[in-house]
Amino acid sequence: MTTEPNQEAPNAAGAEVLLRALKDQGVEVVFGYPGGAVLPIYDAIFNQNAIRHILVRHEQAAVHAAEGYARSTGKVGVVLVTSGPGATNAVTGLLDALMDSIPLVCLTGQVPTHLIGNDAFQEADTTGITRPATKHNYLVKRSEDLARVVHEAFYIARTGRPGPVVIDLPKDILIGKAPYAGPVSTHRSYRPRTEPDPAQIDRAIALLKGAKRPVIYVGGGVVNAGPEASEALTRFVRMTGFPCTNTLMGLGTFPASDPQFLGMLGMHGTYEANLAMHGADVLLAIGARFDDRVTGRLNAFCPDAKKIHIDIDPSSINKTVPVDVSIIGDAGRAIAALIAAWDADAAVPDRAGLASWWRQIDVWREKQSLRFTQDTAPGALIKPQYAIRRLWQLTRAQSKDTFITTEVGQHQMWAAQHFGFEKPNRWMTSGGLGTMGYGLPAAMGVQIAHPDALVIDIAGEASILMNIQEMGTLAQYRLPVKVFILNNQYMGMIRQWQELLHGSRYSESYSNALPDFVKLADSFHATGLRAENYGQLDDVIHRMIASDRAVIADIAVDPMENCFPMIPSGAAHNDMILGPEHEDQARGITDEGLVLV
Amino acid sequence: MPGPDNNHHRSATISVLVDNESGVLARVIGLFSGRGYNIDSLTVAPVDDTRGRSRINVVTSGTEMVIEQIKAQLDRLVPVHRVADLSREGPHIAREMALVKVLGTGEKRVEALRIAETFRARVVDTTIESFVFELTGATDKLDAFIDLMHPLGLAEVSRTGVAALARGSRTI
Repeated sequence: MTTEPNQEAPNAAGAEVLLRALKDQGVEVVFGYPGGAVLPIYDAIFNQNAIRHILVRHEQAAVHAAEGYARSTGKVGVVLVTSGPGATNAVTGLLDALMDSIPLVCLTGQVPTHLIGNDAFQEADTTGITRPATKHNYLVKRSEDLARVVHEAFYIARTGRPGPVVIDLPKDILIGKAPYAGPVSTHRSYRPRTEPDPAQIDRAIALLKGAKRPVIYVGGGVVNAGPEASEALTRFVRMTGFPCTNTLMGLGTFPASDPQFLGMLGMHGTYEANLAMHGADVLLAIGARFDDRVTGRLNAFCPDAKKIHIDIDPSSINKTVPVDVSIIGDAGRAIAALIAAWDADAAVPDRAGLASWWRQIDVWREKQSLRFTQDTAPGALIKPQYAIRRLWQLTRAQSKDTFITTEVGQHQMWAAQHFGFEKPNRWMTSGGLGTMGYGLPAAMGVQIAHPDALVIDIAGEASILMNIQEMGTLAQYRLPVKVFILNNQYMGMIRQWQELLHGSRYSESYSNALPDFVKLADSFHATGLRAENYGQLDDVIHRMIASDRAVIADIAVDPMENCFPMIPSGAAHNDMILGPEHEDQARGITDEGLVLV
Repeated sequence: MPGPDNNHHRSATISVLVDNESGVLARVIGLFSGRGYNIDSLTVAPVDDTRGRSRINVVTSGTEMVIEQIKAQLDRLVPVHRVADLSREGPHIAREMALVKVLGTGEKRVEALRIAETFRARVVDTTIESFVFELTGATDKLDAFIDLMHPLGLAEVSRTGVAALARGSRTI
């Protein structure tokens, strides 16, 4: 990539210059929806074949689809929407991408510059509205800035801590002639730090060497650092013999099948992961941000641990949890530096200390905190956990690469707990923002990027209805996405909190007047399947996987099942509710805990 | 717990060098309001025309952890070149200017003028029943002057907020 912006004389319309810049950025796919303000761009798209446009049915879905595309490939996802409602509909997706650090460039149409501020038709203050929902945003007011802004936007979106960048494009800028300039790989004020400080690496190694009860806690930053970062992580965990736990966003960075994996940590994490965090003497956090869903009550979080934090974003360090050693940089490079320093030092872990730590962890593992009981009579109710387990087992038994997206709620947590991920970029879920309606459009984006893969949206019957219109997009592009609905006829996580914290007053959480999902699939030219009981589950999963079409598999599951284990709000890691027999613990929650989300 | 004392509040004077582009002030203000940080005062003006840069001076307060977080969040904004915590990076000078309107006649008017002289405030406008004083100095000096003017017919105050520089040869 060149750093010299070799500006040419203006000889093409802004929309043409925009497409040329996208091509030079290696863009192959744009997810979008047309409108008056972006018609010049759609005209330019019509006149070329290099960039494919995927027409969604709602702008929010365009952003989630671009997120799925980005998260499963490591590339920047691109969105194109019109002014006004096009831009405001995209806001939820933009904030979702910001919270989960997903690289996106979102092109929004805008009324012509001379009308800005006049409350023109479909005008919105898009840069104002999206400022707190993006990593950065631009309003292009001069044609000569257009190409530079597009290249800067891509550079900002994909480097440092990745995130969404909006470019607001007034219609006169798209129509008027504009000069072209090539891609850039520097910026006058934005300079992310990627190389870790060797002195801090040495301090980390000194702590890790002496650790008797270490835990490595890994988040989505390692996914963003590329697959080689996950490979390096796996090597480092194995060479140290330390236990490793993943956040919701980090699943897949360390193989779930590895004996050193403790499972996910946090509110619905495993007993062993949370108790190990609580008992640790040295904590190594990599690409994770001490989210409230992970830490539980802050003043009881990892009370005895010296903490080492690796993050590319300096504002993540000491934000909620003070740490002893901070390493600012790319997670992959920092892990590589740790490996090199550990080797150079000929470091040996405290084997006796570690052996006794693993014995303690094995005692916690014996609690089998993810256990559930599935009645195996053919007519028995399906336990949602069992449905996920079978989905995992049966997808493993086939040869296609499998990608999972989710909506938000109980089904999301059960998927995180019971579906084992061996590699990064295979798990797409809305972690930070918790956006219901994320999974189906995200799966669309994944399937566009990986046409031959098996892409499954694990959904709830409530969440799926938030972006159900995208079934039309699946039909138009013949995308064989599978929607696997755990249908418990409730907004399950809401119902669970109402049961545990609000005296079982199920206010507005019943999914009334649900559609017939089989007929709904049929009307969108997809295949509809339904499993009513244990005896029908395997057959439905087999048929779903074998189908070369889009499928909705409607799985009727136990409506009253709760998601355990659980750290109730305001509680500490060592105050977990393991199962229904301990639900009274949640009822004893303090007022302070009750105000927490 | 390791790290700085988490309960002690302090005041911080933070200078931020930014690209002088549209929306940059909104980014800074939005950051403070969106994340619930205090702004005690804020000034902004272009300081380098050739490179197109403005300087924002923010006086804020919070625990050490919050102030460190404010600096990191400011530094994360794309158009920000440099964030300097003047109250931590050595001695600094902070000055602001106030225009203070005092209404009154007789003994109170004389007393107001006498105090103004003590504070080296300049009279920049006068009628037979009013003064406008111009006063430059540290924030607490301005506060003290305004307090003294209260019983003497204080009618209106306009303050600029703080401009600040490090002492000696250091620059940000």
